[in-house]
Amino acid sequence: MQFESFSDFISMGGYGFYVWLSFGSCALVLSSVLISSLFDGKRLKQQVRLQIEREARIKKAQQEQAV
Amino acid sequence: MWKWLHPYAKAERAYQLCNTLLPYFTVITVVCLVVGWVWGLAYAPADYQQKDSYRIIFIHVPSAILSMGAYSSMAIAAIIALVWQIRNAELAVIAIAPVGAAMTAIALITGAAWGKPMWGAWWVWDARLTSELILLFLYFGVLSLYHAFEDKKSAGRAACILAIVGVINLPIIHFSVEWWNTLHQGATITKFDTSAIDASMLWPLLINIAAFAGFVGVITLIRLKNEILQCEKHRPWVRDLVSRG
Repeated sequence: MQFESFSDFISMGGYGFYVWLSFGSCALVLSSVLISSLFDGKRLKQQVRLQIEREARIKKAQQEQAV
Repeated sequence: MWKWLHPYAKAERAYQLCNTLLPYFTVITVVCLVVGWVWGLAYAPADYQQKDSYRIIFIHVPSAILSMGAYSSMAIAAIIALVWQIRNAELAVIAIAPVGAAMTAIALITGAAWGKPMWGAWWVWDARLTSELILLFLYFGVLSLYHAFEDKKSAGRAACILAIVGVINLPIIHFSVEWWNTLHQGATITKFDTSAIDASMLWPLLINIAAFAGFVGVITLIRLKNEILQCEKHRPWVRDLVSRG
């Protein structure tokens, strides 16, 4: 461990603002790319699921009409 | 000899391959990221000149390397897509571009946050910085070109051509610190000479490079899966996959 205390660690020898700005924005960019990619997949699957349900409903209605 | 590759041109097989690879990439990324950040931030010794501000190197260098690495892979996929007309390769181009842009953005942001305390300026119109900014615009260009066309066939072709043309920027970025007088320092890690960095700092740096490379892999796989689903959403195998859960 290079730092004596936790506040030493946060201050980074006076460069704390720049170091934490870098690591913070990096974490923000990485996590937002990850979350949006996962969310896209969820949304796509949901779309397909809705389409399947819709087609099933249409089919059912057609069958009922035919009877 | 290379015939075993053929089935992977099929969307369903490629989708399954993504699923198989994803856990490995995820584990590598998480482990390397945690180890690399803790080591880089808390255990690596401070630099004799730049003191603790140099710790930005542990994300700046990996993101910069990967911004160019991702672009190269994107361009290779684009060549494969254009020459052999393999649609999965085209989808890979579109899957890599967002994470490549993210890497470029991180390299620029962390570079600015490092430049301020060391050079006294957030931004200078220096060869290295400007060419890296152009790389960001190239990524945006590839993505917006793809989404500008209604017909995805011509969209893919246009995006691939731009991705290939943009490769000219990679040597410019790489050699910018040698060709022009610049504020930016030279390479830290070199393949053939001994590195200009001590082992106590080199190891966490290498681990962080592995973490960022793994992250690019993870996002590419997730997004490639999404692109394949989008393309194949009317096919029976996608419907089976979705209804199964």
